[in-house]
Amino acid sequence: MKFSIQINEGPYQHQASDTAYLFTKAALEKGHEIFRVFFYHDGVNNGTRLTVPPQDDRNVIKRWSELSKQYNLDLVLCIAAAQRRGLLDENEAKRQGKDAHNIAEGFRISGLGQLIEAGIKADRLMVFGD
Amino acid sequence: MSEGTIKKFLYLNRKAPYGTIYALESLEVVLIGAAFDQDVSLAFVDDGVFQLTKNQNTKGIEMKGFSLVYNALGDYGITKLYVEKESLEERGLTLDDLQDVVYEDENDDYAEKKSILLVSRAEMGQMMETQNVVLSF
Amino acid sequence: MILHTVNKSPFERNALVSCLGHAQAGSSVLMIEDGVYGAIAGSQVADVVNNSLATVKIYALEPDLAARGIAKEKLISGVQLIDYAGFVDLAADNTTVQAWL
Repeated sequence: MKFSIQINEGPYQHQASDTAYLFTKAALEKGHEIFRVFFYHDGVNNGTRLTVPPQDDRNVIKRWSELSKQYNLDLVLCIAAAQRRGLLDENEAKRQGKDAHNIAEGFRISGLGQLIEAGIKADRLMVFGD
Repeated sequence: MSEGTIKKFLYLNRKAPYGTIYALESLEVVLIGAAFDQDVSLAFVDDGVFQLTKNQNTKGIEMKGFSLVYNALGDYGITKLYVEKESLEERGLTLDDLQDVVYEDENDDYAEKKSILLVSRAEMGQMMETQNVVLSF
Repeated sequence: MILHTVNKSPFERNALVSCLGHAQAGSSVLMIEDGVYGAIAGSQVADVVNNSLATVKIYALEPDLAARGIAKEKLISGVQLIDYAGFVDLAADNTTVQAWL
């Protein structure tokens, strides 16, 4: 089965990203395919490479990057939501005249069309939010 | 699935506008999604019905108002806005408190038709079961 | 049929009650995250949940209950406990997943 995942909330503030991660991991371990993980609303904050969370707890962002690497996942941050919230990749930073870019490894920024496509191409769309 | 797949997409709106960004950003998905020629419906349930009230004037809270966008949905081929009767009643509202959202039916000489479909909770639940993809915000 | 997911506490949001008010006979409802509090017996919403059990399958995500210190003995009888693997199976076995946030 092909799953697409939509995550509406940022790391730590809500459990959404955690539940989505554990669901995604379980689905992959069962041999299912993850078509795309799409981050929307505050969910784009899951893609920042600047977090320094306490060492004695899970690293929400790092483990998405690692899962992405392990299974070649497509982790997409919505560009409109990212622009609003200050998540920029190198190209966007240059385009917008900003002095920094801050996307974590394994994530890419793209348009909302990627979410619709994720709904069309997958067998199931799972939404995690608040 | 092959190119040209048409799925029934339901955008589930259960939150009020302005207090949070969900109403606005879900509308942005609807607009972009219109280009994908899917069979789109919007459902307004619980506090979601507040998104459609008339006369939203956001000047005082210094936020961009977006209620006019609902009326543009018809131009994007989105003509099914299911509004739940019980959700309105629980909130002391009637259809009269909502915008009159209309579209022009190009298959009927551009006759103006209502996009808002007032349904009961039971009908809303049945409609939900017919959908293929549900986006919640 | 739909797999409905409810992630907020029924004492904070109306999501669970609204969900159960819309869920059709034969569909499934899974409580996750703070939504698992909806499985506690004798609460203000327990009657709504009990009544729904007649027509709808109701599940709770066990790791979320354990995290919140809610023992199995406290739960409404008829609510089935599953883990994340079971969550994946439920999503695969139903035709659509609908989140009540």
